[in-house]
Amino acid sequence: MIDERTARRLARRHAAERRFKLYGMASVAVALAFLVALLVTIVGKGYTAFAQTEIAVEVSFDAGAVKEGDFAGLVKSALAARFPEVTARNEKRELFGLISSGADRVLRDMVRDDPGLIGQRRVVTLLASDDVDMVVKGHVTAESGRLNARQAEWLASLRQAGAVSLGFNTTFFTAGDSREPELAGVGGAVVGSLLAMVVTLCLAFPLGVATAVYLEEFAPKNRWTELIEVNINNLAAVPSIVFGLLGLALFLNFLNMPRSAPLVGGLVLTLMSLPVIIIASRAALKAVPPSIREAARGLGASRLQVVTHHVLPLAMPGILTGTIIATAHAIGETAPLLMIGMVAFIVDIPAGFLDPATVLPVQVYLWADSPERAFVERTSAAIMILLAFLAVMNLLAIVLRKKFERRW
Amino acid sequence: MNVASKPALGQATLDDRRLAKVSARDVDVFYGAKQALKSVSIDIRPNEVTALIGPSGCGKSTFLRCLNRMNDLIESCRVVGSIWLDGEDIYTSGLDPVQLRARVGMVFQKPNPFPKTIYDNVAYGPRIHGLSRSRAELDEIVMTSLEKAGLIDEVKDRLQEQGTGLSGGQQQRLCIARAIAVSPEVILMDEPCSALDPIATAKVEELIDELRQRYTIVIVTHSMQQAARVSQRTGFFHLGELVECGETEQIFTNPRHKLTQGYITGRFG
Repeated sequence: MIDERTARRLARRHAAERRFKLYGMASVAVALAFLVALLVTIVGKGYTAFAQTEIAVEVSFDAGAVKEGDFAGLVKSALAARFPEVTARNEKRELFGLISSGADRVLRDMVRDDPGLIGQRRVVTLLASDDVDMVVKGHVTAESGRLNARQAEWLASLRQAGAVSLGFNTTFFTAGDSREPELAGVGGAVVGSLLAMVVTLCLAFPLGVATAVYLEEFAPKNRWTELIEVNINNLAAVPSIVFGLLGLALFLNFLNMPRSAPLVGGLVLTLMSLPVIIIASRAALKAVPPSIREAARGLGASRLQVVTHHVLPLAMPGILTGTIIATAHAIGETAPLLMIGMVAFIVDIPAGFLDPATVLPVQVYLWADSPERAFVERTSAAIMILLAFLAVMNLLAIVLRKKFERRW
Repeated sequence: MNVASKPALGQATLDDRRLAKVSARDVDVFYGAKQALKSVSIDIRPNEVTALIGPSGCGKSTFLRCLNRMNDLIESCRVVGSIWLDGEDIYTSGLDPVQLRARVGMVFQKPNPFPKTIYDNVAYGPRIHGLSRSRAELDEIVMTSLEKAGLIDEVKDRLQEQGTGLSGGQQQRLCIARAIAVSPEVILMDEPCSALDPIATAKVEELIDELRQRYTIVIVTHSMQQAARVSQRTGFFHLGELVECGETEQIFTNPRHKLTQGYITGRFG
């Protein structure tokens, strides 16, 4: 029989356990709530950026204008034909403001692909300007937006005629940055991020793993290696902007590498992720049971054979996970890249490691700073793409870990 | 008591050490400043099972690991004295420890098969030492090693399964097969049965007795019954010294040193 004191103690212990579980569940719930709030805000603000307002007008491909390359003139005359009552110069300018200043490129591409169009009339859907886009998507009302009364009227008439539609925004994925929101895209930033990531992975992974293997399996344990170890741990905690300054001083000023280049960005990110990769790899190597090393050594395997045949394959899942998480972290890094000039406004999509480029988080930063209302949704959309990038990488880490995981 | 100054009781050493398979003279081992072995001299005779017994921390495993230079892996460890294998000094001659370990195999306390297939476990040694010229030859080595280890009937249909999926006793015999596969001359066993149940232990002991025909075996054990069952000669270690060494029967029935007597009768240790 349990006496009363024991029973009370037992009850207190169970109560403490229940309380602890409750705290745990509460903190998980709070964390999840934050995550959901974040995602809902971003997706809610950003999903409209994947659609783009287009206006269908009948364009006559006038041979003279095409010959001169005046495709903007074609757009203007098409609009003028649609609204013949608009005659005043300033009214006309307002009318042309409904269509994006980049719309003429569509006509140019059409003629290039099919020269038979010259002299004919076609209904073409042209990119609307961002002000029109915002009204059509309902982010601003016709009155509160930047359209004036006349423009709002024309837009209403176009909508009544069924000429205004929302199409999938391919520009957003293929184009580089632009001052005009409707022409701006993340293509350049995605390519820049990929290029920088390739540099980072190609340098940080072999260097980090080699360092970890040497320190863990070969280096004598003395004061020097201890010093190195302490320094690596400290480096992992250094603020990233300091790595940016180091990159600025070393790669740009001393080695005279090009500014804003993905190569330099990748080098800086390599410096930043190396300590993390080394620490993760060492932990993974340490987790390989010593009995495996002894077994191999006992059979007459050399140190290198022990490492390459047994220790590294067993440590690989941990090493890969650490590397991918470090790289994913590096992709989301903005501060060090600001220092080496990757914050520039770059319209062209980089074609190589030395071309000026920007990266996704920097693009987010640039757009978040832009005054146009249409950049708000694009900022959120760019964040969504960045998050998708990171999610894919983390998924890859899990898949690789599961694939290489072994029991012993 | 100072055993170090005079040779251990019994016949630990032969008059001509070249007749021994393994011969140790005045071996001292230090871990940093701490001395783990004090002037151990012993001759291990060919095709015999020599058991090393003694309480925990007495240095018997340390001595065993000197015989294939596994102590080299411990940085603070320093070995003084001479150990000969077939008349060759394994510590000072140009003998590569990697080559030495191919001649002196080792089985560990805990079964430690590689997380690979049964086949690859056994084939690993021959592969790194280049003992086979063809796939068929390697198959042959693997099969005979498994056969000698008495494991063939249990695994012949599942050579491509993971070695770690076997039972503890089977894993230990797989480790023995793995050690045999490189055709060593001496097999060192460090408490090979301490992680096994009595039935698996019996199987391994039977195997040790069979292996004696071909190999010289040194076994460290905590179980005096096991030493009595499998060995021909027994050495008793105490506090880093080899107190007494002699024929197993004599050690267990008529020990000459009172420490040995105390240990085998269970008064300490």
